[in-house]
Amino acid sequence: MSTVSNQNSFSKGTDLAVIILYFAMVTIGIMCIFMVEFNPTNSLSSSLVAGKNSYSKQIYFALFCGIVGVFILLMDSKFFTALANISYVVGILLMIATFFLGKNVNGSKSWIPIAGGFNLQPAELCKIFTALFLAKYISKPETDFTKLKSHLLAAGMIALPALLSIMQHEMGLALVYSAFLFAMYREGLPPIILIVALSFAILVIATLLLDPIILAIILTTIAAIFISSMLKKFKKNKNAILVVLSIWAISFGTIRYAVPYIFNNVFECYQSTRIYSMIGKEYDCSQNNKSVSVSGKKNGKKPDDYNVKQSKIAIGSGGFLGRGFLKGTQTRGKYVPEQNTDFIFTSLGEAFGFVGTATFMGLYLFFLFRIIRIAERQRSTFSRVYAYSVVGIFFFHIAVNISMTIGLFPVVGIPLPLISYGGSSLLTFTVLIFILLRLDADRQMVLR
Amino acid sequence: MALYNSNRGGIIQIIIGFVFVIIIGQLISLQIFSNKYKLAADNNAIFRKIIYPDRGIIYDRRKHALLENTISYDLVVIPNEAKGVDTAALCNILNINSEEYNKRMIDVIIKNSRVKTGIFEPFLSPELYAQLNENLYRFPGFSLTERSIRSYPYNTAEHVLGYVAEVDVNFLNKHDEEGYEMGDYAGMTGLEKQYENVLMGQRGVKRFLRDNKGKIQGSFEKGQFDTLAVAGRNLYTSVDVEVQQLAEKLLQHKIGSAVVINSKTGGVIAMASSPGYNPNLLTGNQRRKTIGILLTDTARPIYNRAIKGQYPPGSTFKPMGAIIALDEGLIEPSYGYNCRGAYFACGDPRKCTHNNAGHAANLQIALANSCNSYFLQVFRMAVDNPKYHNAKKGYLKWKEYMNSFGFGRKLGIDLPSENKANIPDTAAYNKDFGNAKYWNSCYMLTLGIGQDRMTATPLQLANTMALIANEGFYYTPHFVDSIEDEELDDKEILSKFRKKQEVTKISGDIFKVIKEGMHDVTVYGTAAGIKVPGHEYCAKTGTAQNPHGKNHSIFVCFAPKDNPRVAVAVVVENAGYGATWAGPISSLLMEKYLNDTLTVESKRKSDELATVDLMPQSIKDWYIKNNKTDFLAPIEYNNDELSDIWDMEMVSENNPMTKKLVDTIQKTTDTNSKKTNPLPIPIKSKLNRDTGALLNNKKKKIPINKNVNRI
Repeated sequence: MSTVSNQNSFSKGTDLAVIILYFAMVTIGIMCIFMVEFNPTNSLSSSLVAGKNSYSKQIYFALFCGIVGVFILLMDSKFFTALANISYVVGILLMIATFFLGKNVNGSKSWIPIAGGFNLQPAELCKIFTALFLAKYISKPETDFTKLKSHLLAAGMIALPALLSIMQHEMGLALVYSAFLFAMYREGLPPIILIVALSFAILVIATLLLDPIILAIILTTIAAIFISSMLKKFKKNKNAILVVLSIWAISFGTIRYAVPYIFNNVFECYQSTRIYSMIGKEYDCSQNNKSVSVSGKKNGKKPDDYNVKQSKIAIGSGGFLGRGFLKGTQTRGKYVPEQNTDFIFTSLGEAFGFVGTATFMGLYLFFLFRIIRIAERQRSTFSRVYAYSVVGIFFFHIAVNISMTIGLFPVVGIPLPLISYGGSSLLTFTVLIFILLRLDADRQMVLR
Repeated sequence: MALYNSNRGGIIQIIIGFVFVIIIGQLISLQIFSNKYKLAADNNAIFRKIIYPDRGIIYDRRKHALLENTISYDLVVIPNEAKGVDTAALCNILNINSEEYNKRMIDVIIKNSRVKTGIFEPFLSPELYAQLNENLYRFPGFSLTERSIRSYPYNTAEHVLGYVAEVDVNFLNKHDEEGYEMGDYAGMTGLEKQYENVLMGQRGVKRFLRDNKGKIQGSFEKGQFDTLAVAGRNLYTSVDVEVQQLAEKLLQHKIGSAVVINSKTGGVIAMASSPGYNPNLLTGNQRRKTIGILLTDTARPIYNRAIKGQYPPGSTFKPMGAIIALDEGLIEPSYGYNCRGAYFACGDPRKCTHNNAGHAANLQIALANSCNSYFLQVFRMAVDNPKYHNAKKGYLKWKEYMNSFGFGRKLGIDLPSENKANIPDTAAYNKDFGNAKYWNSCYMLTLGIGQDRMTATPLQLANTMALIANEGFYYTPHFVDSIEDEELDDKEILSKFRKKQEVTKISGDIFKVIKEGMHDVTVYGTAAGIKVPGHEYCAKTGTAQNPHGKNHSIFVCFAPKDNPRVAVAVVVENAGYGATWAGPISSLLMEKYLNDTLTVESKRKSDELATVDLMPQSIKDWYIKNNKTDFLAPIEYNNDELSDIWDMEMVSENNPMTKKLVDTIQKTTDTNSKKTNPLPIPIKSKLNRDTGALLNNKKKKIPINKNVNRI
């Protein structure tokens, strides 16, 4: 069924649209970093050669990633199925290793220094390994993904690196692992789980927004209406009324105990503060049990919503057509912190306005839909699960990153795929895409 | 299994699409529907520096600068950047405490926000500037900026020039679209206000790009939005600084005003109002202190009496009354009135200073002797003119004449807030006399001798002299002859000063008669004792009764008699006879202008006049009461030569408020000098009437500062 020629020529069978989009994104990324770093007093050519600026470094990263991409396309697809299990184990070991070898960058010990002054973030790479491992597990003939047991097993595989990330104080990276829900859902995860998750999220938000008493009244009212309207049904089935009541009790418990517990004991002070500042409230850090020691040295720091405020100003000041290439005052004046990594979207928004951001979002949307199309045309479950994992990871990064720059989501430090400055991040996404392209080139094959 | 769940790919697409729609929605709201972000970005990053141009300079007729610009330094601060300031050192240098430091910081923030530059300490002294400049590195966020402030090298003409001051909220509201900002300075009074647009020039704005640490990164967009500062243009006035200074000197220790006009052009040569103030004290850091003192002073030193003071013109009005009667054909120059010391035709007799027969035998003689009865009669004739059928209409005609002479209306001088004084409307008398059918010339009889409700400003009085001097026309009195680089707008302003103002169609012959009469005033009439060396001149004295105390001493004149060049009006409040005080002052001013110098005798006279203290007692009492005795003039005199005239200014011993003063006088007796102050004109008998109890006859020194009026 498979053709030999497909395996030998990397250009044949690879999806050109994704390749073009990939290069377009990387180019836009380098341009955005250039806008952030641009300084009219330095000469362009000399800084390019010296490789001291972020944008020149990013060019070198991109060239390296290009080579890696070609290399992946030249490999055998079976290589990825074969290596899926072992790579996951290596990834987990690397993450554990960071606790001993880790270098402290921005307060999180998630980087391992490697040769040449570069640092590696195993948590980033682990996304790839987890995707492969999940694909491998679900595609195994003995796995019946309609069973709860396999759901739990898959969830465990995903949760392990996520937990390790939390232990490394990388909340953003940990959240990314929820992106695998897409793939699991596609493969048969009952929608009720998504609905429950969504309800829980709504409940948490409602707890933050509303007065607890009002919320309790609302919940009780909803339960009462539900019971009274379906009174006849409940007469037949007495268990149903118990279900409603237990849901009511769980919701109530969430409001009263779970949410405060999460904010005071699971999240760190700055995270709780960020989430509270999203809805315009102030979080009292003295309640936080997680990071008592940190709260002492808060004096003189910029207010916590400074980033988001400046980021919104930058994007908003772009207006419809933008202020023009290299003309953004927010960018030039370095008002937005972390602008070449997590807040890179702001330079684009300021320079090119709504036209630029909408076009950019269009590109991303096209990119995601293209990958979904690729996923659906796979014959092998492995490739499909992997493709959906890629979709999930990209989507989660894009949605969370852009939402946080425009004030729709609390600030969590995750990069914008292919755009943000950073070798690890660029390499991860490159490898994710190129493995997908390699698998897609062999879509006629059934991989296990 | 894949087929079984294949619709889920679509659901995932919908979820993705939904999230993207939310994001796009927020982008639309941020980028398209709110412009506050653009503003916020500009506020962040664009630093506007205002470049203040030099204000224009005001010159006198010989190109002496009446005011100039000098550089002063301000200590300014951007509150947001004032972190890690060595507050103790700064407070030490500025001699303030930390409380004051915090207070000023808050003031700056309130006025100009945290990120803009605000003035922390204005007008640094040179020593302070040097000290701060050396230590500036210890005060991040603080910097020193130059600004140009006014200085007055001749220390004169404060009422004319006016002052500049920081604009307040009211000003900003009024001049909304003119680009003023908090902290700007603008002309508030005088020529500074009138010609603000000319003098201010055009401010420049430079835009700089500033980074998140407030560091300037360079000009914004290569300076393409920058505007250059354009210096203010200079004014060339008709003022003669020496005449002006003489006028101010002569009015020292008196309350009053002098106006000297070039009758040929309408250009004002001098305009003094006393008391005045030292204009240099209203610039720089003394301003805050001085302005309060000036505003609360009961003698109102800021008030320009020359254009705002309303005085009954008294006898100085008589020539105008005569002109009306002559023009209406009611009298001939030969018309005489048999005055027997009073005017009896309207019931109560109105007194006249003369009672010898023939002192009003014709117009010329009546003018020379300033016969009240004659001019009362002439006024009645004008009002009862049979041509107009009734007294009301007659009065209206008379008023029309008055207005055309410049009385009762604004002349349009180029100073703000000129007062039109008062020629009463018929409405005023309607109220008094029921209504028109009871109108009778007797009711407002004393209008005929410049009393009743008639008032005029010194400027209006001087202008009538120009009118008579020119025999029927005048130029609107003005200061500014020309403006540097005159623009179309300026020409429009100045053109009205270059236009002859004809006064109805009164024949030149009438004016010649009046001139002769006014000349006779100076030959054998009421001003016979006052001479201008080398020139024949025409004048009219006035002693105006007023409800506020003693008569005002008024004198109007022009010179030379043939081909007059200068018209003068002087008013000295509550001083007595016109010829006694206002007369000599006027003659000296004319002499100074016409001869460019004073004779030795005149100089001596001017020095004497300058020391004469004619301040009304009520004002002195106020100074004593408010513990401001240093505002009183130090008149030192020798008891042996003590003239009664001085005693009128003495303080009653019975007045408890003055006891303190008397005590101080006695304490300082020993240090008394022997300086004497002979009087220019002895008018002992007249003034004695007003004297209170005399001080005992010892050598005394009344502690009155020589710079009485020049605070």
